[in-house]
This record gives sequence, structure tokens and C-alpha cells, in this order.
Amino acid sequence: MPDAAIPHAGHPSGLTVSAPDHHLAGRSALAHQFDSLEQQREASTLGIWVFLLTEVLFFGGLFVTYLVYRSSYPGAFVAASHELLIWAGGVNTVVLITSSLTMALAVRAAQTGNRRQLVWLLVATMALGTMFLGIKAFEYYTEWVEHHVPGLNYRFEGEYFRTAQIFFSLYFVMTGLHAAHMIVGLGIMAVLLVLSLRGRFTPEYYNPIEAGGLYWHFVDIVWIFLFPLLYLIGRHAH
Amino acid sequence: MTTALVPPRHYLNEKYGIASWLLTRDHKRIALLYLASVTAFFFLGGAFAVLIRLDLATPAGDLVSDDTYNKLFTMHGVIMVWFFLIPVIPSVLGNFLVPLMIGAKDLAFPRLNLASWYIYVLGAMFTTYAVVTGGLDTGWTFYTPFSTVSSTTNVTSAAIGIFITGFSSILTGLNFIVTIHRMRAPGMTWFRMPLFLWSMYATSLIFVLATPVLAITLLLIAAERVFHFGFFDPAVGGDPILFQHLFWFYSHPAVYIMVLPAMGVISELVAAFCRKPVFGYNFVAFASLAIAVLGFLVWGHHMFVAGTSVYAAMIFSMLSFLVAIPSAIKVFNWTATMYKGSIAWETPMLYAIGFIGLFTIGGLTGLILATIGIDVHVTDTYFVIAHFHYIMVGGTIMGYLGGLHFWWPKISGRLYNEFLAKVSAAIIFIGFNLTFFPQFILGYLGMPRRYHAYPPEFQVLNVLSSAGASILGLGYLIPMMYLMWSLRYGPIAHFNPWGAVGLEWTTSSPPPTENFKEIPVVTWDAYDYQAPVESHVA
Repeated sequence: MPDAAIPHAGHPSGLTVSAPDHHLAGRSALAHQFDSLEQQREASTLGIWVFLLTEVLFFGGLFVTYLVYRSSYPGAFVAASHELLIWAGGVNTVVLITSSLTMALAVRAAQTGNRRQLVWLLVATMALGTMFLGIKAFEYYTEWVEHHVPGLNYRFEGEYFRTAQIFFSLYFVMTGLHAAHMIVGLGIMAVLLVLSLRGRFTPEYYNPIEAGGLYWHFVDIVWIFLFPLLYLIGRHAH
Repeated sequence: MTTALVPPRHYLNEKYGIASWLLTRDHKRIALLYLASVTAFFFLGGAFAVLIRLDLATPAGDLVSDDTYNKLFTMHGVIMVWFFLIPVIPSVLGNFLVPLMIGAKDLAFPRLNLASWYIYVLGAMFTTYAVVTGGLDTGWTFYTPFSTVSSTTNVTSAAIGIFITGFSSILTGLNFIVTIHRMRAPGMTWFRMPLFLWSMYATSLIFVLATPVLAITLLLIAAERVFHFGFFDPAVGGDPILFQHLFWFYSHPAVYIMVLPAMGVISELVAAFCRKPVFGYNFVAFASLAIAVLGFLVWGHHMFVAGTSVYAAMIFSMLSFLVAIPSAIKVFNWTATMYKGSIAWETPMLYAIGFIGLFTIGGLTGLILATIGIDVHVTDTYFVIAHFHYIMVGGTIMGYLGGLHFWWPKISGRLYNEFLAKVSAAIIFIGFNLTFFPQFILGYLGMPRRYHAYPPEFQVLNVLSSAGASILGLGYLIPMMYLMWSLRYGPIAHFNPWGAVGLEWTTSSPPPTENFKEIPVVTWDAYDYQAPVESHVA
């Protein structure tokens, strides 16, 4: 262990937080490779942000693909966009934004050490996430029935038969990957819920809640971009 | 060195048994897990290269059919790029050294580090499945629409394997970024860090920013093959050129993923064996970041003849020339470091000098290829093949082997046979040049890549190249043998056999699981060779 008096290079504050952390509830929370809970928290926060940066580039590839084809085939994209269930997408947007609110409140509850509130807010977030996936599944079912799935049962009336396939391919991959992220998010929430019920989190140690929350908000923001791109743009063009 | 003793407790004898390795969270043990896996894939990818060179010994390509030949060069490329060259230095040397060099007990996320290795293995299994169930014939570039519509080989499985393995790279990069930001020992400021860490940091940025784009692109390929979705299929209006843009947005930066870590190794070796601080530390450090940034802006030079506009080609050409600046800064600064240094001709230094020469040739021919007028003529010829092998084999592998020899006493606690090591370094250098220099001439004369037969007038140069490849292959087998031999029979290594500075040389060889008995406090700059070495030992 470094002497507490020696400035720590990894800390912007230049101070090592040492002794007081170790005899609190955080003792078991401090992993062996770290010197202090503060260092651990900073590492966790930076880690999740770097991960989200990766995710931005991951979806970025899809958004570029969307952009290229939207500018190549604007007519087909508008026509195909009309086939989507706008009310379902709209309701889902509201559901997701609400889940981000409950998630943000959950982080707040963890900070203030209100375990009961934390548990209920996590449950609410999971319920809203599940509702989103349910509505999404209903949409997929409708699109299957209406033969909008390229390669499997595709039919599309009119001049855009060929290029509308690109729209629907993009639609399924983009929303599908988003849904996959939601499912992963629900898994993370389930783990956080169990840990919360066991009283693992304290106002000194709640990095996992914060990191899980950032992930949840990120997935939410992806949808905030997907909804207008897929459902709204050019909706009233004809 | 006669007094060197094995420390009673170190990371290798901390625990025994398979589970203690497969469930380890120690970055040093994980580095060895990677070492075993990437070495296996190196020899698998090498076996495909052997078959390629054998087939090309005769103009008619008598050894294998043309379909088999397509699979051989594809699998050579896929295995070597994704399962050897990209992970090799970060995952083996980087994993081992990053915490040691910054004075930390481990990486920031040890469990994630172990998970990275399992992800690598899982991805490798998918790709190996594609290899053993009939192979793959798209070329390592997976160009559409051939890869999505025409190829009847197991493209999906290979693509999924590379997709999965990409996450291993991303998580390694994430781990290094966080570790270098948050885990440095007291006093280890950014500008006191060894240059290897700067290059690891720059590499990690590329891992995190480029790999996800490859991941999504391969996912689209898989979706197009499995569900017949249309993204790149001209039949539904898809654009195959878009695939090339997305692919090279990752795969050009990936070249720097391969060579930047080797550059970091060379900085360490040159300083240690010239007993001098690296000339112009700040410039070398920022050159690593500059290469990482510029690497993202030059992907279009792979597509000069793919139907991109002349205007775009000019921009990409100009940006490609810019990469020469930070690369040249590094080469000049290493040379300036050697100037009037007291150079010790130990094995790692031989590799370092080999790297500097071969990388310079590889880099300069890169400028030739960035010149649009010339590129139009030599695109898809052996000139390109020779160019990138000078970077990847002459650069990355020379750097890796130099680093492996340099840190082997630290990793294993043993010394290898210096005579054999020097001989094999020479064999590798000669074999390498004999293999790839003739390919520059072949390409310039017009021999296209990826053909399994060629006009008879090209035979002399092809036979030379194949002869060089057998020498090179031998050169790679010898180190494998004496390094393994040294594990058991090698003399016990001193904790600092080279008299090098750097925190990794202040702890025992092999280091204890927690790396340092006491976390060091750094009060000196990197490469402080002016001061007596002993003063750094706690």
C-alpha cells in the first residue's frame, strides 16, 4: 500500500483516500487490485464510458449504412416507413423514457442509501423494459403477418418492391440489435436487483448501479435516434 | 549472475493445477494463456503459408486445385490477422507488462481480462470450425457480393468467429485504457511512462473505436447470408462498395493495431541496449497517438481502383502520406538514440535493428502505394503483398520476438541459449528478406495476387521466395524449441539480466502474484540510464 501522504498519480485530486474506507461496509467491496474505493469507483466509471464509446461506434456503422441508403432511395424509405406501426413506436418511446427516469431515480436511491426505494425502482425499470420488448414483439409479429420480412416472406406492392427490402433489412437489424441490448440490460438489472436485496450497495459503494444505469440510458438514447429515423422522417411526405 | 536465485514464491508456483490457470485472474498467467493460444494459431496460419509457397514453386500450381488455393490464402490471412497479429503483442506482452510497468498489482478489471481470453477462444472455435469443415474462400477481406451471395463455403461461421473475437480485443483495449489512466503508481506521471505504454494506449484507442465497426459489418454479412436480408446485394439495390468502406474503416486502423505495439517494444529495446534514454521521448509518445488518429482517416487508399471518385482518392492519398510523418519520427528517433550509444548486440537488439530496417522498407513502399498513379498499376499485385508483409512480418513479428526474448527472463525466470537465439534471429532476417523481397519485383513486373498459377517467366523469383519461406519457417521453429527448453533447463535469471531500467526489472524474476512487495514510488523519468541502475531498486 502506498503511503497516504504520497500523491497518487491516478488520482486527479492528488490524494489517496485510504484508511477510512477499509473498516466500513466497503471493505469487502474493495477489489484486491485497487488501493482505495475512490480509485475503484473512478476505474469503474471510466470503464463504462469507454465501453459506451465502443457501443456508439457499433451502432455508428449501422447509422452510416442507413444514411447512405436513405439518400440513395428516399422514396422507398418513405413508402416502407409508412408500413410501420407508428403508435407502437410512439408508445414504446414513452415507455423507454419513463424507464430512464426510474433508473436515474434508482441511482439516486443508491447514493442516499435507501435500499427499499432502490429495489422498487429497479423493479419498475425492469417492468418498463419488459413492456417495451412486449410491444416490440407485437410489432414484429404484425410485420411478419403483413409480409414485410425480407428474405423470408417478403411482399411489397408498388414501384419500391426492390429497394424497400433494404429499409426493412435495416429496420430489423437496427431494432433487433437494440432489443438484444435491452435483453442484456434486463439481465444486468436482475443481477443488480439481487445484489440490492442482499444489501450489497452503500452510499460509499454503488458503482455497479451507476454503471448499469449508464448502460440503460445509452440503450434508451439509441432508441431516441431509431424512432425518428425509422418511423417519423418523411411520414407526411405523401 | 551466478548469485541469481529463484524467489521462493512467484506467480508460477503460487498455485498448481489446471483450474488455477483456467480460473486465474492474474494478468501474468492470462498473458501465458494467450501466449499458448496465439502461438498455436501462428503455426496453423504458418502451415497454410507453407502450402501456398509450395504450390507457387511451379508455374502451373501443381500441388493443389485452384479452389483449394483460394481457401489456403483466405485461411492464412484470416488466422494470421485476427488470431495472431492483432492479439499477439497486446495480449501477451501487454497483458504481462502493463501493470508491471506502471507499478500496479493487476489490470483494473482482472475478471474482464480473463473473460477476454475466453471470448478469444470461443471466437477461435467458430473460425476453426469453418476451417475444418471445408474452409473459406472469400479472401480475408470478405468482399461482397461474393461473400454474401456466391461463396458456398462456411462464411457465416468464420464471420461470427471474428465478430466474437473482436470483443476480446475491445475488452483488452478497455482494460488497458482504464488501467493506464487510473492504476499508475505514485509518481508515475504520464511523461514518466515507458513508451511501450504510450503505444499500448494508442493501440487500445483503436481497439475500442475501430473494432465495433468491423463487428457490425460482419454481423450484416451474417444477416445477409442467413436471413437473405439485403444490404450489399446489388440485386436489391445494395452497394458492395459500402461494404468496402465499412470493412476498411476497421481494417486499415487494424494495421496500426498490429504495428504500434511492436513500435513500443522497439523503443524499450533500443533504450535498454544503447544504455541511453530514447531520443525525443515526447515526440515518440505523441507519434503513437498521431498514428492512431491518422490511421482512421486513410481507409480509402485501399479502394483507389474500386470506383471511388478521383477527388476522394486524392484526399485519401494525401492523408496517407501524412502517416509517414509520425512513422518517420519514430525511425529517426530510434536511430538518433543508437547514435553514440554503447550498443550491446544481444538477441533482442538484433530483432530491434531488424525491425527498424524492415519497417523502413515497408513504410517507404507504403508511400509508393499511396501515390495514386502508381497504385493503379500495382493494386492487387505481389507488390502489395510484399509491402504489407514487410510491415506485419518484418515489423510486428520481429518486434514481438524481440520483446519476447527481452522479457523472457522476467516471464519465465530462466535464460535461453544466447548463441542459438542470435543464430535464429539471423536466420529469420535472411529468410524473411529472401521470401518477400522477390515479391516486390514480381508485383512490379505484374504478377497479380491470389492466383494459383502464373506465366513461367515468374518462376525464378517465385522459387527464391519459396526457398526463403522454408528458411523463415525454420527460423521460427528454433526459438520455439530453445524457449521451451529454457523453461526447465535454462540457467536461473537474475531479476535484471540486461541491467535495464523500468519498474518491471525491479521486482523478482518471475514476479510474485501481486507484482511488487511494496508498491513503488517513482521519482525518476523513463530510461534513466544516466543514473546507476541500483539506485532504482527498492
